[in-house]
Formats: sequence, structure tokens, C-alpha cells
Amino acid sequence: MSRSGGQGRLDETFRRIRGANAGPGLVTYITAGDPDVPRTEGILRALDRAGADVLEVGVPFSDPLADGPVIQRATERALASGTTLSGVLDMVGRLRGDIQAPIVLFSYANPILRLGAEQFADRARDAGVDGVLVLDLPLEEADEFRQLLASRGIDTILLLSPTTTDGRLRRAVSLGSGFLYAISRLGVTGARDAVADGAEEMVRRIRAVSPLPVALGFGISTPAHVREVGRWADAAVVGSGLVSVIADAGASDDLDSRVEEYVRWLKS
Amino acid sequence: MENDKSAVADRPMFGRRDPDARGYFGAYGGRFVPETLVAPIEELTAGYLAARDDRAFRGELETLLTHYVGRPTSLYETRRLAAECGGGPSGKAVGAGAAAAATAAARGPAKAGRGVRILLKREDLAHTGAHKINNALGQALLARRMGKRRVVAETGAGQHGVATATACALLGLRCCIYMGAEDMRRQALNVVRMRLLGAEVREVEAGSRTLKDAINEAMRDWVANVTDTYYLLGSALGPHPYPLMVREFQSVIGYEARRQMLDQVGRLPDVVVACVGGGSNAMGIFDGFLEDAEVRLVGVEAGGDAIAPGRHAARFAGGSTGVLQGTRTFILQDEAGNIEPTHSISAGLDYAAIGPEHAWLRDLGRTEYVHVSDADALEGFQTLARLEGILPALESAHAIAYAMRLAAEVADDTVILVNLSGRGDKDVQSVVEALR
Repeated sequence: MSRSGGQGRLDETFRRIRGANAGPGLVTYITAGDPDVPRTEGILRALDRAGADVLEVGVPFSDPLADGPVIQRATERALASGTTLSGVLDMVGRLRGDIQAPIVLFSYANPILRLGAEQFADRARDAGVDGVLVLDLPLEEADEFRQLLASRGIDTILLLSPTTTDGRLRRAVSLGSGFLYAISRLGVTGARDAVADGAEEMVRRIRAVSPLPVALGFGISTPAHVREVGRWADAAVVGSGLVSVIADAGASDDLDSRVEEYVRWLKS
Repeated sequence: MENDKSAVADRPMFGRRDPDARGYFGAYGGRFVPETLVAPIEELTAGYLAARDDRAFRGELETLLTHYVGRPTSLYETRRLAAECGGGPSGKAVGAGAAAAATAAARGPAKAGRGVRILLKREDLAHTGAHKINNALGQALLARRMGKRRVVAETGAGQHGVATATACALLGLRCCIYMGAEDMRRQALNVVRMRLLGAEVREVEAGSRTLKDAINEAMRDWVANVTDTYYLLGSALGPHPYPLMVREFQSVIGYEARRQMLDQVGRLPDVVVACVGGGSNAMGIFDGFLEDAEVRLVGVEAGGDAIAPGRHAARFAGGSTGVLQGTRTFILQDEAGNIEPTHSISAGLDYAAIGPEHAWLRDLGRTEYVHVSDADALEGFQTLARLEGILPALESAHAIAYAMRLAAEVADDTVILVNLSGRGDKDVQSVVEALR
């Protein structure tokens, strides 16, 4: 049933997470280029050192309509620092050899289409990208793109929402690979005080139809959230909480150590 | 269209030209939305397709269009404007004599060599002052039919916001309007109108603080509140079914205009001119003439102050294909695929994407697109005010300005129909500032 990309790093990571005595997995999201690309490289190394299991790297886009205020601001800073999809791919290529965790690119459709889907897929493969999630490319629009990625050994990470019907859920689990990204609540990205009520049910619905690992995101920002999510899902995704740490640190010298500290705290 | 013997006149033209099952008009359209919105959009599509087949739904809309909106809006033939545009047989500049001749000619059958004729479809006379009410009422009825209690919408010039607030007041729905901070400044009157109508107006500070950013924010609201909230999109944009649905609700414009041309003028126009932001008023009037191959259909985009990045909103002049806010179409973007800032003196045309059906019709060669600068639009605004006693919306003033340019170029007996999509009271402050 495995639909691993040829690079297989995501499969391997989730096998390890599911293994005996491993805690809940942690997927971290940052916006590439916030505050700039060189410092993003430092942040990704810090995340890897601190034990983040999967690194999601957001490609900044001028109109991030699925994102809440925290990631919108990060996107603005990243664009202001001149970050482009092409620059993000180059950055991943430079880092790949030094980083253990799989890298998943998180993007809106238009930057990829502008570069050209096929050229993107080639460059993502060359850079060592493990998975790609396109926020505004639902199943119905994703077929060709998914095949471009699969033929290059890159996983297509599909997103599932509380509004996803059972029919679509079955289609998604048959097409996705790497892991499934379940969002625990309606709405845009952003940290919340508590894990959504429907989150456990959401994961249960997915488990009932798919053996793929499930990472649950949207609104998770504390060790308690991570532990709670870890009871049902394979991993928790922390995005806005981490992006806020980066925003607070800004240009200060201890940016990397603050990031590292936050991730170690989340895993505690 | 098949003969419908019901009492319902069925003026909006439903079901004549649907996109494919995935919502594509040729290579354009589709549904590029986050997963959370897919199921609600499928529900919306099913709800819309059922409603447009429902005689009771169409009947209620028809009744409201007649007695509440005041349809049909009139078709008015300009006298002094046509004369000003070189309407004499010699094509030279003309004075009062030619204007009088044009007036006389307009009352009788058209005579060759009499001069160019310019007619206005008076959507500015619809309730709330623009064509936007046609769509807002249709979708608000749909929202109610689907059991939604709350409506969110974006607005640029404020006309769609006012129309939506109006429809919500009429139908007892809660209403929240997102509007860019820059647009709130330049369309302050409409902000007051929306609030008086009971709507909550939320200021959007993100991005360029204009229409595009208001749409992002309205979609974020919708994603968070899909279970009880209806997103009432105001132009022929966004994911399927919006481009279809908005065009069909606006098709009443073209349907009426075509009949009025035949009744009042005795012939079809040679050219139909409409401004194009997202493109709903243009799709609405074009729809009535699409099958009349001899009628030229011209969309007028905002040329801003230059066709240079960030200085205009002419998607066909400076754009390329891409995906923005749920649809694949022509957009203004940079090398990295980020959306470029736009500029237009008119808030309603100040948008980086054009409705997907326009892109398709252009590919087919059925429609053509031009652009008009801020300065020319201002000139059109003033000319129509002085010669016809009509203050056009700055959006519509782009169409007026192009009609004036066209009138100077075409054969003497050409008949030009302009969609005067809205009234200009909201723009008085902007015009005063621009002329200072």
C-alpha cells in the first residue's frame, strides 16, 4: 500500500515515528525568506538539530488566502526580502545534504504555474524536495501535477478538512502519498488555545480508510497540544506558533537558539 | 431559448452556456480553492443549479427585479454626446445644428450618413445605482433558499457592497462586507450607505488594501464559517460556479438591451461597449448579443496612468495566464508568480484578474478588449455630465471614453451601445480630487 516517492524519506520518517517508544511526531512549518533566505537556512538547520521530524517550508505568495494574520505577516516579510519560489528551491538544494528531516514545500498554485509545473518538478527533484503540498490545488485540479511529482519520486501531500466528504476522503487517500495533512478546524492558519473538538473524529475518519500516516494541524502551539494530538495522529503540525517565535526574534543573534529551544519545548 | 409559456418572463438567461463539469470555459476557470471550500462550493453549485430550474425561485427574482429594482432599465439615446463625437455626415466637429439634427433623426428611422449614434443602457437607474443589484438579489435569494443566515461579500467601489447590504436588508440576512482601507477612503459615501443598510463593514489593511485584498479576507471569513455563511461574490470571477452564476444573474441587462434596441431603434447595435473589472456588467450585456455575430463586443479595461507594472489594471495588455482567487485566467503577475499591484482611478476596475469567460471569449475571437487611461476616463465622466446631465460611475466612464474614441473612428452610421453600469455620485469626491 506504500506509495512512497523514490526518495522515501517521508516513509522512513513515519516508520520511525510509529516505531516503539517514539513520541508523537512533530511537523514544523516556517515561511521561507522570513526574515530572509540566509536566516531561513539557519532556522531549518536549528529545527533539524532540535528534532523536528518533518520540515514544511512555505513559499511566500502575495495572496495567501488560506492563511491567518501571523503567516500573512511572515509572507509579507519574506516577499519584502525578495524571496521567490526559485530562490527557495535553490536554498533547499544547498541545505539538503546537511539536514536529516524530510522537506515538504508548501505553496499556492500560482508561483508553481508561473515557473511551469514540469520545470518546478524537475528542480524540486534536483533540490531533494521530499513532498509538495499546494494549498489551492484540490484533487480535481491536481491530477497532472501529482503525476509529474510522482514520476520524480516526490510525494504529493493532500490536505483533508472537516468539510471533506467521505467520497472525497476515499479519493484523496488513494491519491496521496507520504502522509496526509488533516486540518483540525475550519478557518485559516493560526495558533489557538485548545485543540479543536472535532480533531480526534477527523483523524478517526481518515484512519478508517487509509494506512497513510496522518499529521494534524491548524491551531497547535504547545507541548500539551502536541501530546494530545499524538494520542490519535502520527504527528502534530506547528506553524503559526513557530512563525511567531521567529517574528519575535527578528534580526536578533539568538534567532536560531530561540527556534531550537521552542521545538525542544514542544517535544518535551 | 425554448418557448416558456409560464407567467415568468425569465429575463435572466439561465442554462444557455454552461462551462464544463469542472467549471472551465475553454482553458479558463476551474476551482482552485483550499480543501475546506471544495464541499461547500459543490453544495453551492448543486443549490444554484436546482434554484435556476425552479420556477418559484425565478418568479420571485423576476418580481423583485421588476418592482424592487425597477427593471427594465431604460435604453437612452444620447443627443449632444453623439454630436460632440463627430456625429455629422462629414465627420467634422459639429455644433448645435448637428446635435439638433441628431435629435430629430433619433426620433425617426435611422438614416445613412446621419452620424454615429450612441445609446446608453441605463443600469445607473437600477435601485442602488448600479447593475450590481441584479446579482446581489439573485444570490441573496439563493442564500436564503440554501438555509444560510449570514452573508459575507467583498466590495471595491462599494456598489456591490451596497447592493449586497440592500438585498440582505430586504431578505432579513445578516451581512458583513469586507472593503480595502484604500477603497473605504475613496468611496466613503458607499461605506456610510452600507452601514445605514444594517451591514457591518470590515476594513482590510492587508496588501494593496483594495478589491483583491477584500476578496482574500472575505474568503478567509467564509472558510472559517462555511456552515452558516454564504459568500456573495460580486463579479464574474472566482471558482466555479461563480463566473457562471454571476453572468446568468447579470444576463438580464443584455436580454433587455437587445429587445430595446429592436423596439426603439429598429436594429441591433454595431458595437457594444462595457467596462471590465472582474467583468460582470460586460458579461451581462454581452450575453444578449453573443449569438449576433455581426455585433462587435468590446470590453474596456482600466489603463490607469501607464501600461507599466503597478500603474494599471489592463490584464490583457500587461498580463498572462495564472491562478488567482480560485480561477485560472489572465492576471497581472511578476516573474515569480506574485500578483502585481494595480492602479486605476476607479476602485471597481482596480483588480488584477479578469473573469475567466472573458478570457475564453477573447480566445474565440468573439470579444475584444481595449484600455482607457485615468485621464480619458475623467474626460468621459465630465463630458457625459455636461452634455447629457448624467454623472456616470468612474468605472462606466471608461466605457463612455472609449465610445467617444470609437465614434471618431467608425463609419458615419455606426450605432454604439454603451453599458452605463452605474451612477457616479459615489465618485464625486475622487473626481474633485483628481481635477484639483
